[in-house]
Amino acid sequence: MKILILGSGALKIGQAGEFDYSGSQAIKALKEEGHQVILINPNVATIQTSENFANKVYFLPVEPHFVQKVIEKEKPAGILLAFGGQTALNCGLSLSKSGVFKKHKVEILGTPIEAIEKTENRHFFSKTLEKINLLIPKSAAASNLKNAKEAAQKIGYPVMIRAGYSLGGQDSGVAKNQKELEEIVKRALSKLDQVLIEEYLSSWKEIEYEVVRDRFDNCITVCNMENFDPMGIHTGESIVIAPSQTLNNFEYHKLREIAIKVIRHLGIIGECNIQFALNPSPSSGESTKNSLLEPSMNNSEKAKGKNGWTSINGQQLDYRIIEVNARLSRSSALASKATGYPLAYIAAKLALGHSLVDLKNTVTKKTTAAFEPALDYVVVKIPRWDLGKFLKSEAEIGSYMQSVGEVMAIGRKFEEALQKAVRMLDLNLEGILDENAPKANWQKPTPWRLFSTAQAINRGASSRAIYSKTGIDPFFLEKIRNIADLEKELQGKKQTDRTRFLIAKQYGFSDKRIAKLTNSTEENVRNLRHELNIRPSVKQIDTLAAEYPAHTNYLYLTYNGESDDITGGINGRRVSNRTRSVIVLGSGPYRIGSSVEFDWCSVTCAQTVAQNKLLPIIVNCNPETVSTDYDMADRLYFDELSLETILEIYHMENPEGVIVSMGGQTPNNLADKLSRQNVKILGTDTKSIDRAEDRSKFSRLCDELSIKQPKWAKLKTLNEAVTFAQKIGYPVLVRPSYVLSGAAMNVAFTSEDLREYLKLASHISLEFPVVISKFHQDAKEIEIDAVSKNGKILTFAITEHIENAGIHSGDSTIVLPTQKVNSETLEKIKKIAQQLSSALKITGPFNIQFLAIKNTPLVIECNLRASRSLPFVSKVSGVNFAKVATEAILDKPSSFILHPLSLNYVGVKSPQFSFQRIKGADPILRVEMASTGEVACFGDDVNEAFLKSIIATGVKLPQKSVFISLAGDENKIEFLESARTLEQLGLKIFATEGTSKFLEKNKIKTTKLYKIHEKKKPNVLDFLNSKKIDLVINIFDPYFKKEFDDDYLIRRTTIDFGVELLANMQTAKLFVSAISQKKLTDLKILPWDYYLSGRE
Amino acid sequence: MKKATLILEDKSEFQGYAFGKSKSAAGEVVFATGMVGYEQSLTDPSYTGQILTFTYPLIGNWGVPEKEFWESEKIQVQGVIISDLATSPNHHLMQKTLDSWLKEEKIPGIFGIDTRKLTQKLRDRGVMLGEIVVDNKDTDFWDPNSENLVSKVSVDKVTIHHPTDSPLATYHSSLKIGLLNCGAKKNIIRNLLARGATVYDLPWDHDPFAENLSIDGLVISNGPGDPKMAKGSIEIIKKALNKKIPTFGICLGNQLLALAAGGDTYKLKFGHRAQNQPTIEVESKRCYITTQNHGFTVDEKKLPRGFKRWFYNANDNTNEGLIHEKLPFFSVQFHPEAAPGPFDTTWLFDQFMEKFK
Repeated sequence: MKILILGSGALKIGQAGEFDYSGSQAIKALKEEGHQVILINPNVATIQTSENFANKVYFLPVEPHFVQKVIEKEKPAGILLAFGGQTALNCGLSLSKSGVFKKHKVEILGTPIEAIEKTENRHFFSKTLEKINLLIPKSAAASNLKNAKEAAQKIGYPVMIRAGYSLGGQDSGVAKNQKELEEIVKRALSKLDQVLIEEYLSSWKEIEYEVVRDRFDNCITVCNMENFDPMGIHTGESIVIAPSQTLNNFEYHKLREIAIKVIRHLGIIGECNIQFALNPSPSSGESTKNSLLEPSMNNSEKAKGKNGWTSINGQQLDYRIIEVNARLSRSSALASKATGYPLAYIAAKLALGHSLVDLKNTVTKKTTAAFEPALDYVVVKIPRWDLGKFLKSEAEIGSYMQSVGEVMAIGRKFEEALQKAVRMLDLNLEGILDENAPKANWQKPTPWRLFSTAQAINRGASSRAIYSKTGIDPFFLEKIRNIADLEKELQGKKQTDRTRFLIAKQYGFSDKRIAKLTNSTEENVRNLRHELNIRPSVKQIDTLAAEYPAHTNYLYLTYNGESDDITGGINGRRVSNRTRSVIVLGSGPYRIGSSVEFDWCSVTCAQTVAQNKLLPIIVNCNPETVSTDYDMADRLYFDELSLETILEIYHMENPEGVIVSMGGQTPNNLADKLSRQNVKILGTDTKSIDRAEDRSKFSRLCDELSIKQPKWAKLKTLNEAVTFAQKIGYPVLVRPSYVLSGAAMNVAFTSEDLREYLKLASHISLEFPVVISKFHQDAKEIEIDAVSKNGKILTFAITEHIENAGIHSGDSTIVLPTQKVNSETLEKIKKIAQQLSSALKITGPFNIQFLAIKNTPLVIECNLRASRSLPFVSKVSGVNFAKVATEAILDKPSSFILHPLSLNYVGVKSPQFSFQRIKGADPILRVEMASTGEVACFGDDVNEAFLKSIIATGVKLPQKSVFISLAGDENKIEFLESARTLEQLGLKIFATEGTSKFLEKNKIKTTKLYKIHEKKKPNVLDFLNSKKIDLVINIFDPYFKKEFDDDYLIRRTTIDFGVELLANMQTAKLFVSAISQKKLTDLKILPWDYYLSGRE
Repeated sequence: MKKATLILEDKSEFQGYAFGKSKSAAGEVVFATGMVGYEQSLTDPSYTGQILTFTYPLIGNWGVPEKEFWESEKIQVQGVIISDLATSPNHHLMQKTLDSWLKEEKIPGIFGIDTRKLTQKLRDRGVMLGEIVVDNKDTDFWDPNSENLVSKVSVDKVTIHHPTDSPLATYHSSLKIGLLNCGAKKNIIRNLLARGATVYDLPWDHDPFAENLSIDGLVISNGPGDPKMAKGSIEIIKKALNKKIPTFGICLGNQLLALAAGGDTYKLKFGHRAQNQPTIEVESKRCYITTQNHGFTVDEKKLPRGFKRWFYNANDNTNEGLIHEKLPFFSVQFHPEAAPGPFDTTWLFDQFMEKFK
């Protein structure tokens, strides 16, 4: 059977790497039964789009037009909609509505479309659940502001406003009064036809269940989870604990029963997620007056439950059903990792029509899949936010998602798991009471609330007091108090008593934290710990709490144990049949600047290790990844990427060595520390890594090799810096060493700017020096990705940025092969790359970034690790760079024929932004990265590939009108011809006063719109609001501060109203060129292998 | 924190800390994998004579509610083994902490144990006798299965429970059900009462037929230990079968029904004590997730005449229920009354009530 799977496209806030995990599991499940799998997913960095996964991959937008074309071409017999997040689901719903599936006889496998519709339309959903007497929050639908106000009045403030069909609860919000209601409803109704006004269940517990059902009506719940943060904070923004900790038997199993009832009634086949609100004190609540007896599954219809249940011995349960997601979700990925139950794999099997009873538990391989995992550990998930990366964002969290990633920690005490999770966030925080955590207001929900409540508890605040303000269950607060108490006990005292030391480790304290508290060093603490023979135990995740023997290789470390579940390593514990292993370090949490691309690198690396007859061991702590699927490596340690933990695992496993260059900056930063502890780092020598990472050392190396670079100097004092900046001339770039995605990187135009930024940079990392260099604005940016072995380049790819310098490479549109770089420059780049490779004796992947001023390439950066663009260059060129690099690192011959390729097609990678999610953030591009994901598409030329890829990021082509605002004469002149093209395309042009005047003077007809501050009509805001504008082109100088605020308002409003925005000159020009040359129907529908076969 | 030691039959030792009553205790060490419902498990009379290990590490989180939420009048286990004891529990029904409850009920506990390691041991070697030793006061190993535990946990005299006012009570108002109480969990009684039955709560060896209590049907309860010890119960069940009145066995009741009808039972290596046991109904192939708590099971090689396999365990294929081909006799090895555990099979009570229509 030929089956089409829709992927989720680029990573964005609310829809991230978890769908690479679910998609790749589904592909596995289908392929092992001999089905032919066709995948549409433009996300080039995913594992599911790698060779040997799907039979055919289309790097095309997951959007009705393109999917329909693929269906017409491939004629699949079935389609899976549940594995590509909300994007795939929405696309499927739309195609179903337009009759495409019916016309082409494509069967929707798994949950039927009617069931999906019931869960997606909130009004439908409410009606459906009322029919079976289940409780949902009091609510009313409103399609205009007046109705919304009436509904809110009736329900009573505060109310929750929910917008259907939106991922991650975007456009939803809590309104305490009519004014707030108006604001939220207006914004939501600009994009949607309907909103839902609901009763607001402040401080109620938020509980989720993951439910699985087959077509024979067998139904199980795989996992339940409890949110640390109560109702009001989106579950993606909450700290989540699995299993629930504060629900007793009746609450746990009654909600489970209701979950199953809902899923049966909806008729879901496969997997779904259900969210509940649970009243923590039902007896005091007014809504339990009419409580009724507990009915059984069969005759509950007879009991007209209106306000919750009462058990047959009188316990009350006051709950509301909040939401059902009829698809794999972020929570299901988390539940999979938390339990070891492969939800996506099983869901795919059930979609094919299998019975749950006939499927095996893939962990034990003996027991059935029709069971509910029993955990003998506790799991804590903490989201990771990067709000600091956005200008003007409001650092408050709430009912919609803003976090960009998450970590999951496993322990046998809550305190242990919580403290591990905090460290996994990779924020340089050693525990919940780390002094480096910001002192935020604990009464407000912010990304720092865990830390601020811990600080409050440490100062002596009572749990009751904190509970009354935050709704966080005192059970959890008291656990935090345990940590705080222990910290006080440890403070200032040297730890020599084994019992006390062990207790600290059991409560999750790191060696580093203990060192800090006891005025020691991490190394001394570690040595003492080893002397006292305190080592973590290795435990398995086996889904059955050890009831049956399991052959699982899914592992974690805990100090709350006295024996290991596996053997390996030294100290007489080594098993003879265990051949040589290699540890591959994963990426840690997804964040801006490090996401699924490094998971692709890690997984490819582990697979290559296995192909070379070595045993790969993966260490990672991110539940959204494919690398943490337990069948991706010989062993998986779901644990911290810290020096302490890696050393313990190294000690256990006694591997051949550790690969640090595939997981991005997090493992790369560990290279030197590990090497100092005599850990064998495979690949490029750690001294070379340091020479490339330390800006100052690297610049000196370039000087030695006579490689040109922008003028630079290492900062010593503020005054020296200012003098230097004056000498080379402003603007100058300020950058610290060892940072990711340009954190604290800034461009200074004046000496005041410079002083300010230097202060900022020195806050980031005191350990490493700060460098300032000349900033070139009009230069082109070029990159080379390459793999070397013993200094000799094996393979390489040179890519070109569409945007000029000044925009972080992660936010740039990247083209392969280069289009506008002459052969002289290319030769120079190749030569420099080889020089650096030889000098640094590189073995493994590396990336160099260049500025090209005329034909002179200047080196700006060199990273001796896999780069963000490695999957892109690999998939466009057809040479798997990660594989070549791993082979080089392992000193094995390459499996590829390596010679420079000439491609008769073009690949374009476009960044995906999530500005809509970050309330108030200015959607501009700077030297600090802001994009959350990326896509790449293929085409005959750059126009075609670019157009496909920008559509894949969600951009819709303008049909009627464009609004143009160009700051400064230079920008106006540069864009003039493009504006003319837009007019020729028949688009109506709106413009701000200055731009309008200029365009009119050049005989381009425009309609003038006033800016917001001008307070005159017609103004931009009204036109955006009434959907009269399809596209906004707002070109300005991101580092030029005049007019900033007014332009900001236009940009932000554009984003808030869901209108397309182009804010960069080069991107805008390419966009205009592309739409003038290609119509949607001109874009070719061709699979990946078609393009690759055209290589010469 | 006071130290305590768990010593097993095979001489292995686990070091931990004492909680609850500070005293030593002996029994049969078993493990249960349910993640909720410790208060129901500890008061389940089927655990009599056993030292119960919870494999879920965090225990005591919601404290202990009032007696009406328990499954019997007291803690039934000999001792409790856990990994992490909640010292500051929180729940709206909480009356006391687990620690203070165990103190009140004079039951010792031990925490800080690697319960996973212990479970693996019990799984691989089978359940073992063991003792919790506090203050170095060693005690002798004691095998509860050598005694008739049923007689210890049953009721002293016949008690009549009247039906509760319930929307479920749509069947019969004057229906009399005899409950052969071999250590019945309260939730069995609650389920019958809620369905409108009057329950005659009978001591394990009390013959309702001899006394002419004129019961309409018989429920055989759960209970501890080796079913073959409960000879008195088996004789009464034989009479019920002869009279052909609807008979419904639960857990130990499944084993007793089998024995009464001429079948056999044997002891499992480490039993089933969990809330996640997949149980399949033979005919419908439907899978139910059930609560289980038993060390013995019905031998399917010697099924009593006229009976057939009704349910089986999807994991190890052992018997999970018997049903008579013609007559209204049936029994299940799992717990349809849940408490703790999932409500997937409460419909069995409805099915039992149907027999009286």
